[in-house]
Amino acid sequence: MSLISNFYAYLFYFATFVLLGGLALKVWQYARTPAPLKIPTTPAPTTGSGVVLRMTREVVLFESLFRGNKWTWIFSWMFHFGLLLVTLRHLRYFIDPVPVPLQMIQPFGIYGGMAMVVGLGGLWVRRFFVDRVRYISSRSDHLILGLLVAIGLSGLTMRFVVHTDIIRLKEFFAGLYNFEIVTLPADPVLLLHLLLVATLMIIFPYSKLLHMPGLFFSPTRNQVDNPREQRHIAPWAKRLEQE
Amino acid sequence: MAKADFQVPELKEYAEIPEIKPGVMAHSKPFKSKPDFQEALGFPGELVEDWQKKAINKMGDLLGRYRSLRVYMDACVKCGACTDKCHYYLGTHDPKNMPVARQDLLRKVYRRYFTLAGRLFPDLVGATDLTEDVLGDWYNYYHQCSQCRRCSVFCPYGIDTAEISMAAREIMDSIGVGQKYCNEIIGKVYKIGNNLGLPGPALADTLEGLEEDVFDETGVEVKYPLDQEGVDILLITPSADFFAEPHVDGLIGYGKVFHEAGVSWTLSSYASEAANFGMFIGSYDNMRRVSMRIREAAIKLGVKRIVFGECGHAWRVAYSFLNTLVGPWDFLDPRYPVPQHICEFTYDLIQQGKLRLDKSRNDDMVLTYHDSCNVARASRMGDKPGGQFDIPRAIIRASCNHFYDMDEETIRDRTFCCGGGGGLLTDDLMEVRVKGAQPRVEALNHVIQEKGVTHMAAICAICKSQFTKVLPYYGMDMGQIVSVHQLVSNALILTGQETEEEEAVEAAA
Repeated sequence: MSLISNFYAYLFYFATFVLLGGLALKVWQYARTPAPLKIPTTPAPTTGSGVVLRMTREVVLFESLFRGNKWTWIFSWMFHFGLLLVTLRHLRYFIDPVPVPLQMIQPFGIYGGMAMVVGLGGLWVRRFFVDRVRYISSRSDHLILGLLVAIGLSGLTMRFVVHTDIIRLKEFFAGLYNFEIVTLPADPVLLLHLLLVATLMIIFPYSKLLHMPGLFFSPTRNQVDNPREQRHIAPWAKRLEQE
Repeated sequence: MAKADFQVPELKEYAEIPEIKPGVMAHSKPFKSKPDFQEALGFPGELVEDWQKKAINKMGDLLGRYRSLRVYMDACVKCGACTDKCHYYLGTHDPKNMPVARQDLLRKVYRRYFTLAGRLFPDLVGATDLTEDVLGDWYNYYHQCSQCRRCSVFCPYGIDTAEISMAAREIMDSIGVGQKYCNEIIGKVYKIGNNLGLPGPALADTLEGLEEDVFDETGVEVKYPLDQEGVDILLITPSADFFAEPHVDGLIGYGKVFHEAGVSWTLSSYASEAANFGMFIGSYDNMRRVSMRIREAAIKLGVKRIVFGECGHAWRVAYSFLNTLVGPWDFLDPRYPVPQHICEFTYDLIQQGKLRLDKSRNDDMVLTYHDSCNVARASRMGDKPGGQFDIPRAIIRASCNHFYDMDEETIRDRTFCCGGGGGLLTDDLMEVRVKGAQPRVEALNHVIQEKGVTHMAAICAICKSQFTKVLPYYGMDMGQIVSVHQLVSNALILTGQETEEEEAVEAAA
């Protein structure tokens, strides 16, 4: 058993390292690349607080997607909001003691899990049945959807069909904080679930999942519409002026 | 109806999303630029040796200089929200004209050379080497994008295909594969001062002719000055305004408005072009060099303000980029934004009640208004977001009795491009221009059928030229496209101008 526990322990150290390190590198790369021109998609906010509001609507409500395609919007919002609830529910496995708000959110996490799987299903169906979306889908698009569905289904299985020893699981992760490897319950569904989650963490910074940090750096969404009032110039463009 | 050696799309009663027909536009490509045109812009004359390597290096260079490109290459999740938004897809049915597929032409090469997943598992993530076929696709399909930004409105991450098209064109220029139309025109600006290559004496001649025409029509001496120093306003307008219908009627309108405002103004023969094709080819250097002429003219003529005439992408460069490219404008009058749009100028006068407009003089027309893409989605007018939609409409309503908007989904920030923007306004791309105009013409057709609309007003030189050319393919008349300031010009009663009614009263007395 300790072989499996060791494997999963190192896997999660590695996955966490890749996820955080990879994301940090990408964010650093986005942040240091200048946006030399003002290109907000107009009409755009003319103030900084307006931009915060616009970004909030994009991040929370997926405003542009809502205008673009109602079916994609409803499925992707179900999936993302479901995933948020699921993630919040899961925090109790990593935090001790569990704060009251997290305790209260627990039942909603279950609905979140269901919404997540249904939303993903809808998005996946589109990849087969809408000819335009089928044309643009590559194998990795299907695989990522499959991965997320499998994570959702294996999670729901543990809730509704074969329970796992959640106390020992929590001890396992608590142990990892102190670099101690506690024995992991060797339930096949749990091991599958964890393996898939670790895979997701590892591919995150190397895949289209970068849309998450990317959105915050999108110049068409995060720029203030004030080019006449305030001169905006990138360092490399400034150098052209000195030539 | 104009003759076509391709099938002109049918205008349907309801907008339809077509099924994909792969490869139907694979043959469409513009003439390649000649070595002379390339070299004048600082690009290699023909395809360089080692072009793959140089193209990849250029891509790396642009990835480091443009956050838009950097983020947009990574962020797309292939959700498909943009797939039915491009007028070129809707008009041609070629799936590579879906914004995401157009982006993927560049993205698949990016993935291969710049991402771990693409280096290790190219097939899995759709990454490919940069081959001759890929370059061919780049050339053909990045010249079927008018950089209108409609896709970016609906993208959950704001991915703007215009940014990617521009980058692709810059990469191609850097390895010696340029487009004749854009690059030849930019060369003309450097040599002569405007896109059409109209020299100073020709401009002076035209403007003198306009003064005579306006005098004959109104009995008022309205001036159309050229290269006059020490005046208030430098007017920068697309060179089509000196030359072609209906553009020139707009220019007549600007002159009348300035006359009524009592401001002194001038055109410049050195900076006789509002358009800036440097943007179309994604070249910051060329965009800056074209813009620099405006700064130089403003300094030389000693003006206090700069006003731009009716031109869509010119207004994008003017409004959004001019301050960045060749600012700061601290030597101009700080009470006015730099630059101003002629519509902002006219609108202010209307608000102050300084223009006497007789709407009935446009009663022979029932109008609709085409929001030009670059004005709508890449700029602003006035001090409130959306002023670029409201101000031109307010001017039209103040000048005409009969105005109806087209379908909500085809106007304002969801407007369709005319089909000729982004450097595609050339005869060698006629098929894609006609097909790309289909969504706009379809919406126009609806208001013609339902509201009896006879004319469509626009504030962009490219839109006006494009519609003049493509409307006949759809059985419409080329004269159905008009300038907004042409409407103002028709309705405006100049101070001291005798109207027919007044003449009649005088005759009776």
